[in-house]
Amino acid sequence: MNALVRFWAANRQELATLVAEHILLVAMSTTIAVAIGVPLAIFATRRPRLASPLVGIANVVQTVPSLAMFGFLLPVPLIGGVGARAALAVLTLYGLLPIVRSTIVGITGIDPSIRLAGVAMGMTPRQLLRQIELPLALPSIVAGIRVAAVVGVGSATIAAAIGAGGLGQYIYRGLSMVDSTVILAGAIPAALLAVIVDGGLLWLERRLSARRRARSRRAGMMAAAALAAIAVAGSVLWASRDTGAIVVGSKNFTEQLILGEILALTIERETGLPVQRRLNLGGTLICDRALLTGDIDVYVEYTGTALTAIFRQPAATDPAAVTDVVRRLYADTGRTLLPPLGFDNTFAILVRGADARALSLRTIDDVARVAPEWRAGFGYEFLERPDGYPGLARTYGLMFRSPPQVMDLTLSYRALASGQVDLIAGDATAGLIKGLDLFQLEDNRRYFPPYEAVPVARAETLLRYPQVRRALEGLAGRITADDMREMNYAADALRQNPADIARAFVERGR
Amino acid sequence: MDGVEFRHVSYRIDGRTPILDDVSLTVGRRETFALVGASGAGKTTVLKLVNRLLLPDAGDVRVQGIDTREWDPIRLRRSVGYVIQDVGLFPHLSVADNIAVVPRLEGWPEARVAARVDELLDLIGLAPDTYRSRWPDELSGGQRQRVGVARALAADPPVLLMDEPFGALDPITRRQLQQEFRRIQARVAKCVILVTHDMSEALALADGVGVLDTGRLIWSGPPDAIAASDDVRVRALVETTLPAR
Repeated sequence: MNALVRFWAANRQELATLVAEHILLVAMSTTIAVAIGVPLAIFATRRPRLASPLVGIANVVQTVPSLAMFGFLLPVPLIGGVGARAALAVLTLYGLLPIVRSTIVGITGIDPSIRLAGVAMGMTPRQLLRQIELPLALPSIVAGIRVAAVVGVGSATIAAAIGAGGLGQYIYRGLSMVDSTVILAGAIPAALLAVIVDGGLLWLERRLSARRRARSRRAGMMAAAALAAIAVAGSVLWASRDTGAIVVGSKNFTEQLILGEILALTIERETGLPVQRRLNLGGTLICDRALLTGDIDVYVEYTGTALTAIFRQPAATDPAAVTDVVRRLYADTGRTLLPPLGFDNTFAILVRGADARALSLRTIDDVARVAPEWRAGFGYEFLERPDGYPGLARTYGLMFRSPPQVMDLTLSYRALASGQVDLIAGDATAGLIKGLDLFQLEDNRRYFPPYEAVPVARAETLLRYPQVRRALEGLAGRITADDMREMNYAADALRQNPADIARAFVERGR
Repeated sequence: MDGVEFRHVSYRIDGRTPILDDVSLTVGRRETFALVGASGAGKTTVLKLVNRLLLPDAGDVRVQGIDTREWDPIRLRRSVGYVIQDVGLFPHLSVADNIAVVPRLEGWPEARVAARVDELLDLIGLAPDTYRSRWPDELSGGQRQRVGVARALAADPPVLLMDEPFGALDPITRRQLQQEFRRIQARVAKCVILVTHDMSEALALADGVGVLDTGRLIWSGPPDAIAASDDVRVRALVETTLPAR
């Protein structure tokens, strides 16, 4: 608890920004959902045959997991990709269902004699809608908005996976650093926000269905004005936010956060160009897609990952050959592979240091003997990718007591240390290897391909800003495996801020 | 012809089930005409044909001499006041705002609207200062019915349709409102079509009475002539009223 308060105090500016981003995301997406959903629902009440298919479609959209939704939208022009725009699109889609449904219910639930009275008095359909139907349906509509906004507060945490900011950033950062304090630092304000939004809109809803309608109409108008103001302020802020000339991306684990910062700081220092950071994107394929679409300009990839996961080529073991193939494949798709940073972050098969010493394990071959008694835990990516578990098991004839458990890569280090599993596949540069007394088994059959860390940039960006190319080339060979492990250790074990670690490294190198 | 005229009017649901069958009737400019009949006889359908909520399948309905097919429906409805069965006051509007709906739709200046609201509240016997800003759910059943009448009269329409306006009230309030209606009608002198299932109400209020039976107008004429009818169905309706008188 104390650690949490200290964290908030130390990062209060960032916290305020994240809270503001979160509120803006939810307010804007909810406003857009209202602007689309209410007219859509009104239209549906005029064409009753459309109402149920419409609600059906909205229902289906609602059941798509939000992370999958971000994935679906990645290749879609205009609303897809990474960043705030895509997050807004997803959150808006989620908000539509409750709003459409509650508006339809609110309008169709009006006493028929009241509607008849309106028609018989000579109201045009438009007058009937504005003077009778909408005011009477308003409490129901607000109830739908409340549901949409509360769901939005929750879903918005996932928006951090595509670099849209918000409190999810702490949650993802905490997950990648295996630091529950940081996770809670994002989760608690998000939960509070949900409670406040729920309470506030519930108050408004009660107010609107209460008998004193004249006053409540004023309350409704004030709420609408406040929403509109937030939306306007939001779009202005957003417009001003996206001014970085160069956008640096990164994947969502500690090393990538540090490398992303190093790239960003280097470009800032060497070129003076404004840099926008879109760190902590939700995985290799999201980064690759973002680089293709121009949502980011540069990020650090690993040659082996690019070869097998991005370009779906068979794994290869010769580092120079791999780099050449990858450079050519990138060039074909408008991207430029810059010189390697200097370290190779290959997969590391890890066991507890105590086990390694007791059983004198040194290589993966050694562990194949005891493996039938052991349990393994792997990240989802490692289990799936062609250069991951399937090939490893074949090469070494590995068999475990039970099928390997799927777990978050960053959580698996702790799971190993605490004895929940006996063997994991980690990163060779993981700081936790040192922090948790883990032992890296030697890949004596040279199964794993090389994973040299290399910045990949959009060719277009480098042509436009040759100084960026020069700055990034200056990083060639500057980060050794030891440097990287140390920096990861500082972040994962010593709980230092990745940005500070990167800054210290860049300053030391000057 | 200034009032309402039905000439051989038939109406069927979906063009099949007949609701009205060859109905002809005439209601003069200052006349109150009562339509009597059991529920399902087609009384409400007659009213809906007048303000073009429905159009006839055969024959024609003329309001102020013009076929309802030729009327612009919005214009027609604004010149026909309609007191509907369940009152249908707008729950989100105050008494004054309910009464003011049609005048505002017609674009009256606010001062004239306010004056008209007070005038009508006086007419229906509700003190304007007390009731102007009340909400419909703060009124008794009888008060709500009166506001319904005031709302229908607001823009001074030449024709007034009333569908069981005193239907859901207790006998005392009912009697009281009937008397008030007579007083009001004496002052405003509209062409009124009043639908009721209660023959005594019809005889007490109307200048002309029509008896509907399963979609056919089986009798019509002045109230004092109805006792002479030898139609069994008419006699049955008249006899139910005798103990009450």
